This record gives sequence, C-alpha cells and structure tokens, in this order.
Amino acid sequence: MSLDQPQLDTSPKVSDEVRKTTCYMCACRCGINVHMKEGKVAYIEGNKDHPVNQGVLCAKGSAGIMQHNAPSRLRAPLKRVGERGSGEFEEISWEEALTLATEWLAPVREKHPEKLAFFTGRDQSQSFTSFWAQGFGTPNYAAHGGFCSVNMAAAGIYTMGGAFWEFGQPDWDHTKLFMLFGVAEDHDSNPIKMGIGKIKARGARMIGVNPIRTGYNAVADDWVGITPGTDGLFILAMVHCLMKAGKIDLDYLARFTNASVLVNEDPDSEQFGLFLRDEDGQPQVIDRRTGNLAPWNGQGVEPDLAATYRAKGVTHRPVFHQMADRYLSDDYAPEAVAERCGISAQRIRALAADLARVAFDEAIELDRPWTDFRGKKHDKMIGRPVSFHAMRGISAHSNGFQTCRALHVLQILLGSVEVPGGMRFKPPYPKPATAHPKPHGKVTPGAALDGPHLGYTHGPEDLLLDAEGNPTRIDKAYSWENPMSAHGLMHMVISNAHAGVPYKIDTLFMYMANMSWNSSMNVGGVHKMLIDKDENGDYVIPRIIYSDAYSSEMVAYADLILPDTTYLERHDCISLLDRPICEADGVADAIRWPVVEPDRDVRGFQSVLCDLGARLGLPGFVNEDGSQKYEDYADYITNHVRRPGVGPLAGWRVGEDGKLQGGRGQPNGSQLQNYIDNGGFWIEHVPENAAYYKPFSMEYQDWAVKMGFYDVAQPYIFQLYVEPLRKFQAAAEGIGTRQPPEHLRERLKLTMDPLPFWYPPLEDGHADPVEYPIHALTQRPMAMYHSWGTQNAWLRQIHGHNPLYVPTNIWEANGFQEGDWARVSSVHGAITVPVAHQASLNPNTVWTWNAIGKRKGAWALDEKAPEATKGFLLNHLIHELLPPKGDGLRWANSDPITGQAAWFDLRVKIEKSAVPNEAQPVMPAIKSPVGQGPKELDWKVGK
Amino acid sequence: MTQLPPPSAKKLGLVIDLDTCVGCHACVVSCKGWNTENYGAPLSDQNAYGADPSGTFLNRVHSYEVQPAQGEAQLIHFPKSCLHCEDAPCVTVCPTGASYKRSEDGIVLVNESDCIGCGLCAWACPYGARELDAKEGVMKKCTLCVDRIYNENLPEEDRQPACVRTCPAGARHFGDLGDAESDVSKLVAERGGFDLMPEQGTKPVNKYLPPRPKDVMPEFDVLAPYLEPIASDGKGFVGWLDKALSSLPGGAK
Repeated sequence: MSLDQPQLDTSPKVSDEVRKTTCYMCACRCGINVHMKEGKVAYIEGNKDHPVNQGVLCAKGSAGIMQHNAPSRLRAPLKRVGERGSGEFEEISWEEALTLATEWLAPVREKHPEKLAFFTGRDQSQSFTSFWAQGFGTPNYAAHGGFCSVNMAAAGIYTMGGAFWEFGQPDWDHTKLFMLFGVAEDHDSNPIKMGIGKIKARGARMIGVNPIRTGYNAVADDWVGITPGTDGLFILAMVHCLMKAGKIDLDYLARFTNASVLVNEDPDSEQFGLFLRDEDGQPQVIDRRTGNLAPWNGQGVEPDLAATYRAKGVTHRPVFHQMADRYLSDDYAPEAVAERCGISAQRIRALAADLARVAFDEAIELDRPWTDFRGKKHDKMIGRPVSFHAMRGISAHSNGFQTCRALHVLQILLGSVEVPGGMRFKPPYPKPATAHPKPHGKVTPGAALDGPHLGYTHGPEDLLLDAEGNPTRIDKAYSWENPMSAHGLMHMVISNAHAGVPYKIDTLFMYMANMSWNSSMNVGGVHKMLIDKDENGDYVIPRIIYSDAYSSEMVAYADLILPDTTYLERHDCISLLDRPICEADGVADAIRWPVVEPDRDVRGFQSVLCDLGARLGLPGFVNEDGSQKYEDYADYITNHVRRPGVGPLAGWRVGEDGKLQGGRGQPNGSQLQNYIDNGGFWIEHVPENAAYYKPFSMEYQDWAVKMGFYDVAQPYIFQLYVEPLRKFQAAAEGIGTRQPPEHLRERLKLTMDPLPFWYPPLEDGHADPVEYPIHALTQRPMAMYHSWGTQNAWLRQIHGHNPLYVPTNIWEANGFQEGDWARVSSVHGAITVPVAHQASLNPNTVWTWNAIGKRKGAWALDEKAPEATKGFLLNHLIHELLPPKGDGLRWANSDPITGQAAWFDLRVKIEKSAVPNEAQPVMPAIKSPVGQGPKELDWKVGK
Repeated sequence: MTQLPPPSAKKLGLVIDLDTCVGCHACVVSCKGWNTENYGAPLSDQNAYGADPSGTFLNRVHSYEVQPAQGEAQLIHFPKSCLHCEDAPCVTVCPTGASYKRSEDGIVLVNESDCIGCGLCAWACPYGARELDAKEGVMKKCTLCVDRIYNENLPEEDRQPACVRTCPAGARHFGDLGDAESDVSKLVAERGGFDLMPEQGTKPVNKYLPPRPKDVMPEFDVLAPYLEPIASDGKGFVGWLDKALSSLPGGAK
C-alpha cells in the first residue's frame, strides 16, 4: 500500500450555535456550552468563563445529552387508574391535572393547611418552593438536606457561619496541606477535582481520611483508613495533641472566636454554662488593656483568653479554660482512641504534628491591609496554609453534628479559617446562625404561614411545639427529638404520615425525590406504608402528588403525576436566596433557560406551581384582582421582589440612576436575556482587601451590605462554644419552663453539649456490635448522581452493577472467591449480593456504590438489566427507627441534635451464600408508564 | 500490508498523570460525546437500556489495586486510549491501507471508507486500544481529536482533544512530544514519564507520569518537636497561656 493519506477536513463546522446554561446532572451546577445543530442538542462541554468549573466538565455533565434524550422521560400528566403501586395510569391534560390538584388542595388549605406535606427532594429552587409552601400555610415543607448533610451545614453555621461546598472551600491557590474527610462526590464535584489537580501541580500535600481508598483518596499522598463513626474521636485526639503542645493560634483565638468569652461556672445558677452578658445582651470578655469587663465587639478591645472574672460569688472563666479542661484530658489522648479509630497513636501524633508544622512553620503572609470590627488595623493577612474539606462521610452518623463541630473547631484552633491557605467562605456566606431566620410553624387556616419554615433555633423557646408540647411538623423537626433540625427530616415524612404521628395528613406532595427507593430507609416497609389502607378501604396516606421528569421508582406510588422537563428545557435560577454557586473570590448566581423546547406535554415544575398557586389564591401568587401573578417561573425569577431591591437574581438589576447594576436594584424585564448574553451567570468579585477574614473584616462587611446580602454590617466571632446547645442541655437539667419529655432528658443532657465531644453512633447501643461487627457504607460514584445515572445509556456502561466490596481479612475469613455472593444482614433485614475483594479498605468495613440498584420496570430499562438483577441497595438493611432495646420506645435512626439520617451507622454481618438467580430481595416489577428504551443507539444529530 | 511513513518530527500525543487521575471518567464520556457527533461514524451502543449494554468507546479508565511490599494497598486509575505509536503494528497489519499514521504529526487514524472491519488491527494492538463499532462495522480509535486540534472554527484555547479540555483534575496534557522544549516533553522529563509496555517495541508517543510515592509521611521522631508538651492538664495549660499571651503583640499587661 502507498503512503497516500486521505484528505482530511481538520476544520469541520462544530455547531450552528452554542447556548450557555447550567448543568443539572448533579448538585455541582457547572456552566455548560450546549452545541446546537439543526435546533437539536449535539454536544455538551464545560463553559470556560464559568466560576464553578472554568471549562472542565465531569462524566455526568458530558453525558447530559443522553439524559436529555432518555427514553425514561415522562410525556404527559398521569392519573392513577389502578391500585397504588401498580403503575397503572392514564394520560390526562394539564387542565385536568391542575383542576384535580386544586380540588384536592383548596379544601385542605381552607381547613387544615398542615395536612399538606410538601417535600421537594433534590430541588435547586428551594427559595421558591418554600415561598409557595409558606403561602399555602403548611408548616410541612423541607427539601432533602435532612437525609443528606444537615449535620455538616448546621454544625458549620452554628460554629462559624458556614461549612463546606456552598458555604466555603479550601484556598486552593495557597494551601500547602489539604485534609479531606468523607465526601459525597456531587458536593463540589468539579471544584474539588480541580483543586486537587492544582495543589498537586504545586507540590502541596493531601491527606485522605476515609475508610475506603478510592477516588480522591486514591490520589491522596497519605491515606488514613479510619473506622466509620470515629472521626470525631480522631479529630479531638488531634485537638488534644495540638493544645497540649500549644500549637494553636492564640492571637486568632483571642480576637476572632468566643474562646475569650466568659462563662458562668456556678452549677447552682440558672445561668450555669451561659455567657456573662452586659445590659445590651452582649457577651463579655476581659479587655487585656484594662483588665476590666468589656463587650466582645467593643472598639479597641483586646480580649483576654486567660483572665477569669468573679462577681457576686460566681466565677466566670473564658471558654478557652473549659476547652483546656476537656481536651487535655487523657480521654482524648491518641493512645486512648487509637484502637477504636483503627489508627495507631503514633500516626495520630504524626498527623497532628504535620498540621502544626504546616500551620505555623510554613505560615504565609499577604501584604494586604485590612481593618477588623474593633477598628484595629492589620497591615498583613497571615495565612495558616492548612485546609480541610468534608461532607456526608462524617455527617451521616448519629454523632455527626458533634463530629462536624469538632472538625470546624480544629480548623479554628489552627487559625486556618478565612485566612490565606485555609478554608474560605463563599459570599453571601459567612452568615452566623443569628443572622438566619428562626423556624416558623404557626398555622392559620386559609392563610399563609407566619414566616419561613426552616431556620436556626437558639433555645427551647424556638422549638416548634403545640400547647401540649407535641411537634408542630409532620417530620418532628425542631422538636425535642432533634431541636436543631435546620433542614427538616424528609426521611421521616412517610413513616410519620402513615403512623398518624404527630397527626394524619391529607396530601403528600413531592418533587424530585425517589422516596420509594434509594432515598428511603426500609424500602419494603415504605412501599407498604404508601399502599396501606385503613378499615374503610381508603389509603392511609389519602393522596400523593408527585412531580418528576423521569419514570423513577416513585412514580408508581403517586395518584397524580405532574411531569417535569429536562434541565435543558427549563428556566431556573441558582439564587443567592438559596444555595448559590459563589466562589470565595466572587459572589455569583446563574440561570437555566430552555435551550430546547420540550417535545412532550411536560411543564417545568416551578411554572406549574405559579399556575397552581394562583388557582389556590396563595399570597404572592395572585394579583390584587385575583389573577395569576406570575405567568411562569421565568416571570417570577424576573419580577419577584423578596426584600426591597432584592430578588431571585442579583445580576443586572435596575439601579436608582436607571442603569443596570449587580447586587441591589429594581427588577429588569430583560434580566434573563442579560444572563443569557453573559453565558448564563453573573459574578462580581470580592475586593482584594476584603477577600479574607470576611466575618471580621469591615471592608468585607461594607461590601456585603452594598451587595444586598444583609442590610447592616454584622461582624461576628466564631462560636467554639455554642451557647444554644447549652440552653437545650440546661432545659434537660430542669432549668426553664419549656421542658423536654422525660424519656429524652438523659439523651439531651448528653448530646446537647456546647463543646464538641464524641459518643458512639447510636446504633451501637441497639444492635449488638459483637453479632454485627462490620460497618457497611455506600459511596456515590463520580460518574453517577443518585438514581439518575442509570437511565443514561453512556453512564450505565461505566457503573452498571455494584458488588459489595470486602476487605482482605473478611474476604479470607469467609473463603470468598471471585464470582461469589454473600448474605449480608443487619438487625433490620438481609440482602444477598455479589461480592468483590478490595485490599485498600478499612478492615471492619464493607461498601458498595450508592443507588445503582434499580427496581424492575423503572427508568425505561429492560427488566433483565443488571441494575435490577445484580444491583442492590443497602437501604433494605437500614430502618428509619433504631431496633427496640427493651425500653418500650422506638428511637429514630437519626442524629439527636439535627435529625440527620444516620445512614452510615449501619452494622452488618456477612456470610457466604449460594449464588441466587438475582440479588435478594427481589421486588415485583412495576408497570412502566413510558415503555422501554430502544435497543441500539447511534446518536448523531448533524448527519 | 500498510507502510508507516518516515518518523515525523512532530509527534502529537497525550501525557497522562497517574498521580492526579481520580478515576472520574470525565475524559471517557467527553470523548464519547465528541466522537459520536464528529469524526466518522457515531460511536454506537447496543442494548443501550437492556440486559447487557455495550458500546464503542475510544478511551476507557481502568482501576488497578496495587499492594506494595510494605504499607497500605493503593488504587491506581489508569485511562487508556490509542498511544499513537511510532512503530504502530495496527498500521502495518492493515490489509487495505485504511489504518494509517499521519506523516505530518504522527496521529494514527482509520480511514473509515477503506476499512473492511476485519479486526486485524485490534488484534495487533498490544494495548487493546481499538474497538470495532458493532453497528457500522468499522474500526474506531482515538483520533487525538484531529477535528478539534487544528479546527479554525474553535477558539484557539479549545484546540485540544476533548478529553484534555474536560479533565477536571488536570491529569491529561496534550502537545508535541517530538519537541524536547514543549511543555509536555518537559513534564515527562521532570516527572519520569514512561512508556506503556516498552518491551512491545511499539514506541508509543503517549506517556504516563507515575504516581508519586504514597504513605511516606515523615516519621514520628522527625515531627516530635512539633508536639513538645507545654502542659499536661488544664491548670498547667492556663499557666502556659498567661506566659504565651504576654509574648503576643500588645501582650504586656
């Protein structure tokens, strides 16, 4: 053959047009360029200008085209015609669907608005859906935070005004040592990968703390294969080492934390454990200049970490003294915790020493002057270049809140929060708990709720309880069972509604939450609750309305389906009022817009709520003449005003001079087009001298007011000691008029500790650790987002089934071989599943990929799909209640402070099994409302 | 049989950093998307929603567990695509001349109109980097995005392979490995980049950067001074605190 080469066109036309919008293949919310050919989606890539992903895109994002074209897409509104759970539906018109929904909901609102439970899953429009629910008047609204990472979010807000991901991130450009605890992969998916790439390119180091060495932990320089549920103990052992060696940032602690605030130490006082306050209610410190009391925020005050104060026979010591007493105790010595954590004492010391070395010997300085809230001018910014990131791995335990608190306290002791090289907040955060609303739950028939549902409690007076002390909310959020449940408890709604405790409901209305499958514990039990009938033959949960874009497992259990669009067919706003996309150096928000119009009879859920809200006459959704206020969600995004000058989007608002500006301003009719013209997002950069020390910096505070995050400057100090926790604890000790029920008293005394501590995961006290010695976890694969990935023809070829990964010792002890199956059982149930060996694993831990297993008939898959025959869920082994322990009570399988679902407390035993035909348990197939996908794909738009 | 051209001065290829690759499959899917829509026949999928889905991919990520003689087991993510070998056995084995190596930049391509789908090249490739598309019956392989890297319809910064552009961790690098002064050549020199299976004699252009040593944190005794105790209990700590505070700026009481 000759060397003749074919003539190649190396400059083919790439596309007719690029439309820039926001990804929704997970919660990361990257900017995407959607390449269009002949009006169709041809290719999706990352948007280089976008603050979140800067051009890169993960596997999920690039596979968006297959999600948009998925055969599992619902096509029209559906009304159930068979028994609930059968999957028998008939297609109806939107008018019929909305008329039906109005007929169901209007009487509920008129008499008992609380009998609507509206829960919105992985909703990215919570400031809108909560506004709707508030207008309806039900107290029963929340999204999915309660089964995700509320422990991290709430611990971060109470401690320092923000945690990781949406609130903050490591200073990737300056950090020299990065320590990563268990993460859910979608919680800052691409930024973490980009950050790891950045620090590796600079030669900085990374330590992974995780029972499982995969993904990020596989590239960590050092891997700490910790035993699940013991992270708090490990962190506090490092705190012990650092305090004992004096390797803590005293200047930072004195100025910027409540380490110097004085605490009442008289056990006979009603004020025991509370801060000494002045007449204005400001916590008091000793001013080192005078030796006298002074408010924490007094101009020029130099708070003293050491000095105590005695008055009227009562000693007050600074918080820092209490911390010394607690953490210098040998209970937290590495030797005392090593075995439990599965990390040698020597290694714990070495890790603590490494943190100290980098924080103090490798400190960095930026020549940027700034002014703190006491008026003190600082000529430099001093960086402690140690940074952390953590998410669900440490928070999805029943000791998760205190563990997350411990991690934040460790960062603060090192002086590494909001300094160069440390952890940085993303505007509009930082925002302390006191700047958030309190929870509201006061119901008035036919009228709106008395305020926003979700917020932060500061003491027993803020709990949502009725006159008899019963929970106001169906999920028992903000009750004594979990007083600081800042995100609600979506995982308890079905179970409580079925039990009629605290009361029965009429309608369960859900959006984008697969609550009959991978988002519920006790899956089989939930199915029974959803289809259960009372003695009259009526469903115990009378009505279920569900909105989803896809044929998920939940669809079959609803009475009315409102089909949503795909993410490329809709308007959305990723709002500063909600969970924004900001970066530490900039405030940003973004939109989605219909880059293609739906080819089915579907509507964006938020637009449907605008319509339904008007039909129900909800305040905020009707004009004075009763007509519909917002034509659709785009109209709401553009014209809704939440506070004067503040709406869903902060970019391109109309200023007083009539010109467009970012931040505050009047609505701008062309705002969405301005976003589209700018690539789908808006960003304004933080001024350089306001880029660090945000909670304490007047430069930042003034900028934040100008941008409209809040109306007056609100500097604050970090709360190493969280006084609201002490108030709940004091109530349990008998102080005050609002008292917890007797059976919760002891638990509240123990867990509502104002300083972080560690206690064993609650399941350990219910399931026998000897009989069930093994921890069982799930991880989310980087190429999948909960149940959505499986319907995607490309992604399911990457993760089509999920073996149970077993460490070497358990593998050998059971004589496992490749191809074997095992029976895995917990106190609650048993599954039989394929196993695979993994050496890089904590020896007491097994794990599998999250949400690969599918129910037959769902997601337009063949019933013989490996996801349905070999794939499985650990959810069958987990109950929403802990097993009985003989006290006549059933305790929730949740964190007792926030109510976070304790997924990762699960304990199991494992034994070799004969190879079954399919993974057990097998659930009967559900009838698909969309049929099944095509056999072959060769998706090319521009043929 | 098909002849290789004389070695080109320009040798375009990828440098893949095994120290940084987190195994996220971003490159796999970005490649699938671009090459389904662009060069040649689309990359098809069989039983796409069925029991045994399989499809054509030009790039796949494999994960291998490594158990060092000492220390913890490690997991290495290993992305694999055509290495654009200088002595490419897939080219010389081709009976029709469809498989060829470009004389100007060394990219190995398949001219689909001449490909008879005999599969000999896939057998000849020691890396398993070629996949026969089940629908179209032609051999598919990494093109190094030849329709991107010179494409004047793309902004200059986007003229790189889709997998490189999308890699979130920055573990993939594209450039001229024939130029000792190029960024990729320097990276290979600095980091000890290596050839995959050099014993095969294929002289791959793509290079891999090895994982850095893991779990080698300084020993306890080296770090011990950092944890020299200043106190053993709360009382002693407060005593130390008094002294420490007086030495801070503005500390003289």
